[in-house]
Amino acid sequence: MYPADYLYSKDHEWAKVDGDICQIGITQFAQEELGEVVFVELPEVGDTFEAHDEIGTIESVKAGAEVYTPVGGEVVEINEGAAEDPAIVNQDPHAGGWLVKIRLADPSQLDELMSADAYERFAGGEE
Amino acid sequence: MIRLMNEDTEIKSTPLLDCHRQAGGKIVEFAGWWMPVQYSGVIEEHQAVRQAAGLFDVSHMGEFSVRGPQAEAFLQRMTPNDVTKLVDGRAHYSGLLTEEGTYVDDVLIYRLAKEDYMVVVNAGNQAADFAWLESHLDGAEVELADHSKDTALLALQGPKAPAILAGLTTTDLSAIRYYGFAKGEVAGHPAILSRTGYTGEDGFELYLEPDAAGKVWDALLEAGAPEGLVPAGLGARDTLRLEAAMALYGHELDRNTTPWEAGLDWVVKLEAGDFLGRDALVRQKEEGVPRRLIGIEVTGRGIAREGYILSGKDGVEGIVTSGTWSPTLEKAIGLGYLPTGAAEEGEDLRVTVRKREVEAKIVAIPFYKRPR
Repeated sequence: MYPADYLYSKDHEWAKVDGDICQIGITQFAQEELGEVVFVELPEVGDTFEAHDEIGTIESVKAGAEVYTPVGGEVVEINEGAAEDPAIVNQDPHAGGWLVKIRLADPSQLDELMSADAYERFAGGEE
Repeated sequence: MIRLMNEDTEIKSTPLLDCHRQAGGKIVEFAGWWMPVQYSGVIEEHQAVRQAAGLFDVSHMGEFSVRGPQAEAFLQRMTPNDVTKLVDGRAHYSGLLTEEGTYVDDVLIYRLAKEDYMVVVNAGNQAADFAWLESHLDGAEVELADHSKDTALLALQGPKAPAILAGLTTTDLSAIRYYGFAKGEVAGHPAILSRTGYTGEDGFELYLEPDAAGKVWDALLEAGAPEGLVPAGLGARDTLRLEAAMALYGHELDRNTTPWEAGLDWVVKLEAGDFLGRDALVRQKEEGVPRRLIGIEVTGRGIAREGYILSGKDGVEGIVTSGTWSPTLEKAIGLGYLPTGAAEEGEDLRVTVRKREVEAKIVAIPFYKRPR
């Protein structure tokens, strides 16, 4: 279920690394917990964040949740499609429902993240 | 999202827990019960109830029996609505109030027969309500009993509800008006068929024996599937009742809130004689009601949730008591309290959503009224 080439945070975000660009979204587990997403608020291109900063919010019918970036750096692209049609976060959380791309400030921050196998065990324990 | 319970607190199950699991229900703890929060999804279930029908298990609700020569007088003394106006086969919405005129709970009262009433209470208040009534008996010739464990409750709600139910009962449903009820059978099982609900739609609530609940649940879903009937969870129940601006205990109502504040003036019949809390309500009306329940529409980007701070005219502050995304209106709506002077319809508001102020306004409630 969880792509093997992604890395995962304890806050249920995923990171897909391509060179120094890190694409970020929320996991299948997170979208299931939230339920139907009706509102996505994203940062602006050019904003810079430290690792673990809040970069946006996702609201479902039932609840709201903060999105934390697992890595620090500058936002180089945001998924306008997710802001316009938030349901994509439920339908395709690991691809079309991505949220932001960040230029990695410090690649060593990736070492703190989990593999797909480790995350699947972690998320299983949260249920 | 799942509230932690004390280890020694046993979480209760309705007779339908297996049915919910089979139907793909996501089960959460609510008011001490394992309940389905959703099946296919809150929005889909919500739309089904507005457009066709939904079936809810609300067996967690509590049912008390109040019987005896002084049953009517006892309930008249304990509740603000006029019990003497009820006739056999009619129910009404009321409350249990403290001496201060604030809510111990909001309740439904059914007159089954002259000396035989059923009081339906919220799950989370069941024990407290029973103790409250018991402690106020004062030697009245009343037999008070808690039948919550031997009563299951299904709510069949939506415009298709009467047609679906009609196929499974010989009771003449057209003879049951809103807030009326009849004893009969559903799918061959004894039931009280009550034309009540908590969704803003037409529909029925079916009081059943626990052993029959699963069979009636299955029979209704099978009979109703061609009409678009789906099982619906507490998530949709909450968005539906919020669009209809129906109060939820613990949110809009509590032991600090009077019916005047909650906009439930119509429940209070001051002319019907004395009841617990009456003096305080008369006093509050004379002195002025300090705050009012308001309808909130979020016009900016964000969703107001319970506990968020409202700021209104001249900087006065209030609080959101319930908030959600409205699937029907496709905007964020909520209920909350503001000081009376600032609680005028049309006034601009700001609601603090995660340290950020978002534009909102005070709007008329209910947010949704079904077409008739």
